Amino acid sequence: MQDYELMLDAYAKAGGAPSIFKDSNIAHLVVHKNKVVGSNSVKGLILEPKETTSGVDIMLIVEKGMKIEKLVHLCFGILPEEGIQEINIKARIEDGAGVKLLAHCVFPNAVKIVHKMQAEIEIGDDAYYEYNEVHFHGESGGIEVIPKARIKIGKNSHLVTNFSLLHGRVGVFDLDYESEILDNSTLDMTAKIYGYGDDKIKIREAGFLKGRASRGLIKSRIAVKDNAVSEIINELTASAPESRGHVDCVEIIQGNAQAKAIPIVNVTNEFAKVTHEAAIGRVDKKQVETLMARGLEEEKAIEVVVGGLLK
Amino acid sequence: MGILLRIEKILLNLEGRQILKDLSLSVKEGTIHSILGSNAAGKSSLAYVIMGCCDYIAQSGTIHFLGEDITSLPVSKRAKMGLTLAWQEPARFEGLTVKDYISVGMKNKDDALITESLRHVLLEPSNYLERQVDKTLSGGERKRIELAAIFAMRPKLVILDEPDSGIDILALDNIINMMKALKKQGTTILLITHREEVSEIADVTSLMCSGTIVNEGRPKEVGKYFKEKCIPCPTKIFPSEPDSLSKGAR
Repeated sequence: MQDYELMLDAYAKAGGAPSIFKDSNIAHLVVHKNKVVGSNSVKGLILEPKETTSGVDIMLIVEKGMKIEKLVHLCFGILPEEGIQEINIKARIEDGAGVKLLAHCVFPNAVKIVHKMQAEIEIGDDAYYEYNEVHFHGESGGIEVIPKARIKIGKNSHLVTNFSLLHGRVGVFDLDYESEILDNSTLDMTAKIYGYGDDKIKIREAGFLKGRASRGLIKSRIAVKDNAVSEIINELTASAPESRGHVDCVEIIQGNAQAKAIPIVNVTNEFAKVTHEAAIGRVDKKQVETLMARGLEEEKAIEVVVGGLLK
Repeated sequence: MGILLRIEKILLNLEGRQILKDLSLSVKEGTIHSILGSNAAGKSSLAYVIMGCCDYIAQSGTIHFLGEDITSLPVSKRAKMGLTLAWQEPARFEGLTVKDYISVGMKNKDDALITESLRHVLLEPSNYLERQVDKTLSGGERKRIELAAIFAMRPKLVILDEPDSGIDILALDNIINMMKALKKQGTTILLITHREEVSEIADVTSLMCSGTIVNEGRPKEVGKYFKEKCIPCPTKIFPSEPDSLSKGAR
């Protein structure tokens, strides 16, 4: 089997529908290690990958006024047990443009793998950008995932990011997303991760509400068990009048796991407001007993509660 | 009608405080049996003891359900036998839809029954099935969903802990109708309340005070006594009247 078929096979096992890669109306990009094994673009979207020694540099532009109707699919991965993949993305969503992306990152056999992503994203005025990233890892935990993003959001625009790593061992994870938000724009960042074994999770998601009436929501849902460790830094700074933000972090721990939440709320304008909530602890006893009172065994009840939180 | 639930001489101490003392109670199959009492009488603690909640393990006494000793069984085992509890303030579950929540307790995951259950509590299924059982629901909506879940579960006995608290008068009518529907479908109800007018729906009322059942009788008579003598609660130590009530109420 060629790399392309193998990647599609892994993609399908991760829950994706490989048929989309055959649809010429759907933009996509499939990268195995540092090889572009499949790509397609559509009108209004410039999607230009360039292979490097350790990965791929990607230029993604949504042209002015163009709204990409169908979800753009990205698939990154390494199928052998070892390897490194560095993905550098430069994205520009021009004024009045919009796009939604779904990235599957598949490392089903990872034993010694490093996956780095460095993104610089510029979102113009009256534009939107939604980036959903779903990871599928193997069970060895021999993987390091290091996603970094620096994002600028223009006026009257929207950014949504959803990151989830719920299948397989996390390994070592170090996410750092930072956004700057101008007038009347919104930021909505969510990360959901389930760590176990000796996984190490570190997340920093930061938003700088610099524009009048800008809005920001940073949300984390983390569950850790066994000897897994998590540290979540959610940071919102509001410096413009009428800017509003909220930080919301829930971490559930089981066994010997450890979790830390560090909400940083910084307001430098008297007409701005940022709130935060953070909860760390065992699965709520009342939730578990409620489900047990419907007939679920304790273990299954905990699974339902944690599964819901990470859904 | 046989005895479905029999509680004998339950003693519960929590953090050095006596919560339930020498409490005995029998609930007949097919009835609505109300437990009426003021705040802090120990009503909810009794509910948790019957359900087997982990912080409410009685120091002594026994609980029999369907003739079987369930005193040391975990919550899930009791539930599988057909016993369940609707909490006064039901838990909320982020990420769990109303449909999934209701179906948790159902033996056969029948969509039609889920829909019917929601309609019974006057919630339009199309508006609620995919909603999450989280903090976006009002207290009244959450309580109705709890009752819908009980209806769909079809337990042999449900303990309803203050289903009337925190809801408006219209919702109260609906909850009373729901209790009647539960009874009609064969579910025995142990209704915990501090409102004598709600207690009147029952076939039998037990008056609870300071951690024990002080009397039992017809709901109207026990309720009248409760209204006249127990509001406001004259003392945490129950006076000597129960004996006289006992003669009149039974």
